[in-house]
Parts: sequence; C-alpha cells; structure tokens
Amino acid sequence: MTTMSALPITDGHRYSGSSLELRGVSMAYGDIEVLRDVSLEVAPGTTTCIIGPSGSGKSTLLRGVNRLHEPSSGDVLLAGESVLTQKPDAVRRRIGLVFQHFNLFPDHTALENVALALRNVKRMSKAAATRTAMERLTEVGLAERADHRPRDLSGGQQQRVAIARALAMDPEVMLFDEATSALDPELVKGVLTLMAGLARRGMTMLVVTHEMGFARKVADQVVFMDEGRVVEHGAPGDLFDRPRSPRLQRFLSEVL
Amino acid sequence: MDWLDTLVATFLDFEAMWQVFPQMLGTGLVNTLVISIAATVIGVVLGMVVAIMGISRSRWLRIPARVYTDIFRGLPAILTILLIGQGFARLSQQVFGPSPYPLGILALSLIASAYIGEIFRAGIQSVDRGQIEACRALGMSYGSAMRLVVVPQGVRRVLPALVNQFIAIVKDSSLVYFLGLLVSERELFRVGQDAAVLTGNLSPLVMAGLFYLVITVPLTHLVNHFDDRFRTGRRKSAPPRSGLDEVEEQTPSPALTYGENS
Repeated sequence: MTTMSALPITDGHRYSGSSLELRGVSMAYGDIEVLRDVSLEVAPGTTTCIIGPSGSGKSTLLRGVNRLHEPSSGDVLLAGESVLTQKPDAVRRRIGLVFQHFNLFPDHTALENVALALRNVKRMSKAAATRTAMERLTEVGLAERADHRPRDLSGGQQQRVAIARALAMDPEVMLFDEATSALDPELVKGVLTLMAGLARRGMTMLVVTHEMGFARKVADQVVFMDEGRVVEHGAPGDLFDRPRSPRLQRFLSEVL
Repeated sequence: MDWLDTLVATFLDFEAMWQVFPQMLGTGLVNTLVISIAATVIGVVLGMVVAIMGISRSRWLRIPARVYTDIFRGLPAILTILLIGQGFARLSQQVFGPSPYPLGILALSLIASAYIGEIFRAGIQSVDRGQIEACRALGMSYGSAMRLVVVPQGVRRVLPALVNQFIAIVKDSSLVYFLGLLVSERELFRVGQDAAVLTGNLSPLVMAGLFYLVITVPLTHLVNHFDDRFRTGRRKSAPPRSGLDEVEEQTPSPALTYGENS
C-alpha cells in the first residue's frame, strides 16, 4: 500500500467504470413526448457518443439516466441494476454529469466547488475533502487556480473544474451534455483532451456532442438520434463513413 | 416678513427643539431602533420560512404561504397593528405584562415577514436552475442544495431590497404609538408628538423627522453604494489572459500519487 501510493502513476488515475444500459426508455415533458423507446448499451470502460440535430432528445436522455428527469417508461440499468428502484440521490452519487454551461457555484472557489459535495455527500473531513479536491484539480491542470472563483476563470477552465467536481465523487459513469458547446474555439481542445484521457483510463462515458472529430477518434460506439429515437448506432467508422439511413446522411452532410 | 417669522416659529423653534432633544435621543431613538431591529430580525426569520414554503413543490406548504403573504401585505399596517395589538392584549398580558410594546413588535414583524418573504422568494427563484441541478447531480439532497448553494446566492442578490425593507419598517414603527405606550417606551414620533402638543408648536415633530432622516438617508445611500458588491460577492480581479496560454496548461500526464482517497 505504502509503496503503491508513493509511486507516481504516470498516466494518472485508473478508473473502473460500470456498465450502463437503457431499455425501451421513453420520456415526456408534460404531454410532449421527447424520447421514444430508446435502447442503448454502454459496456464498462467504453465511450459512447450521441450525435443528432437539436431537439432530438439527446440531453433529455442524459437527464433520464441520473433521474434529473424521470423516464415515463422503460428502465435504466447501472452495473446491471435498475436505477429506478433505487433512491435518486444514491444513483446520482455514482454518476457524474457535466453540463453545457458548467453550472459551477459562483460564490465558491474552484477548490470549494470540488470539495462541497465531498463534504456534504461523502461526509469527508475538511482536510480529506481539500486533499481530494486538490488532486482532482491537479489532474485537470488547474492546481494553480484552486483559489479562483469561476468568474475569474476562462470557459475552458471552468468546464475542467466542473469535470474535476464530478470526478471527485468517484463516479462509475460520466455523462457529458454538450460539454464544449459553450466554449470559445481555442479552449475546446483542452476539454476534449481531458475527456479523451478519461476514456483511455477506463471511465464509462456517455457523451452528447457536436464534435464529430472527437466522436470519431474517441468513441467505441456512436449513436445517432433524431426525433426522440435512436436512428442508427454502431462503430464510429461505420456510422461516419457508411451511414445507412437518409436522416444520418443528411445530418452528416450538414455538419461535416 | 411676518409670514417668515410665523413659519420659523411653527417649524423651527430651536428652543422647543433643543428641549426635546435629550428625550429624542435617550428614549425616542432607542425605542425606534429597538422596535425596528427586533421586527426586522423576526421578519427575516419568518420571511425565510414563508419563502421556502412558497417555492415548495407541495401545495400544502405553498398555499398557506401565499395566503399569509397576501393578507399581511394587503392590509394597511395600522389595521394589522391595531388588530394584533388590541386583539391579543389579554394573551400578551399573561406573557409579557401590561405593555403593548411586544405586540407592536410582533405586528410589525408579521407585516415585515410578508414583504421579506416575497423578497427572498424572488431572490431564490432568480438563481439559475443549473445551480440546483448541479447539486442534485452530485447527489446532494434538495435541502442541502438550497441551504448551501441556492439560498446564499439568492439572499446576496436581495440584500439591497432588504435594507429598503428595513427603512420601511423604521417608518412604520411610528404606528406602534396607537397601542398606547408607556412614557419610557415612546418612539421618535410619539416623543415628538407629545412635545408638540405640550408646546403648541410643530418643531419637536420636525426634530423627530430629522432623526428619521438621519437613520434612513445614510442607509439608502449605503445601499446604492454597495448594490453592485452585494450582487457579485467579494472578488479578486484578475487581468485578462489569452486563451492561447491555456492550451499548454494541461501537461499530458500529470504525475499524481493516488491511493489515499479511493
């Protein structure tokens, strides 16, 4: 143990992601059905990218996974167990979510942003929470900015703090909801590099993205959604180079 | 220049003003501040309860909060003060003794809490939904999310409105005199009024007015001055930085020691 922890692990932390599966999930906002009978499997330690036009239900799907919005039917399985029969707070602890607009706490420093849930949810001591938070900030390259508030950080830095905040909880699955859509172009790369690193180190990731280059390079599976359904899914090479459905062909011709 | 002399004699009789000054300071000002501050403190506590109830998802909390707010905000202050002050006089006698002073504070608190509750509710609801979603996504409970993240941000935004509310309470505290205060319990208005009746001259009331202004005007300006800081919180400002510098910020593989926290 002591010899292990003294060794610097050059490729950072190894993660052990869990499997995630959606079975026939439908979701609605009031009377409006936004997700229809979506089934999807993410193997442990793999990355699935969800692409599709706006309004296709991609973000809603992520919110259904950690029950920020309750599915109206179907089931979501985390590590083989239904999340719908467990307490939402217990499920969310095991699933990290990264938002398009970061949603950092503006009156907390970067370090406090990461440490807050460690203290409140994991009941860590102040010292332990600070140490873990600092480790995660170091991992995303922001140790020097630990005492900055979000408004004094760039968008890219803010998003990396948000990723550190989610990682600090030791999640089994990470969800990314258009994590780079609100960033200036030169800052996108830093966040994507970080995400690719997580994928390489064994995190299970479900990534809603408009970054087709990222999806092609990093994803093990790409899912194309439109009008609340999964239209096509498969390996990135197949989807991007040999799209079968006319919808996907049209979508790719618009974005590439 | 007869009319000018009359005017000065009526409103600015320094002799009469000077005579009432010690009472104004020792009795009037003290009581006005005690009543106002006590009513504000109770009003803030009750107002927070009303606000939290008002944004609850349960209608059994929401509706009572709504009705409470509508009643105490909709009635004239003087009516509430008289109804509470006289209606509960017997009950109050057993607890606080014969003085109507505590009931006056209570009535002002109820009125204040209705306004303050609305101020808090507006503040809390103005906090971006993403804040509570971020908390919930991390596994925090609704209560923890509100207490640690949402409410502090909401309250900070409405601090200027709260100071304005305090100013309103200071002015309304003059109405407590309707309940009939003991000599030592008189607030600014009553001290001025008594002296005005005694001397047959309005100058003591003008003196009372000056005391009110001494409390309220600086507060008003303080609010304007701190408005921006209240909204944004304390902050260190950093010079702008090129986004290009950030590209190298992440070394490809940070050397880390893990194992203690997993």
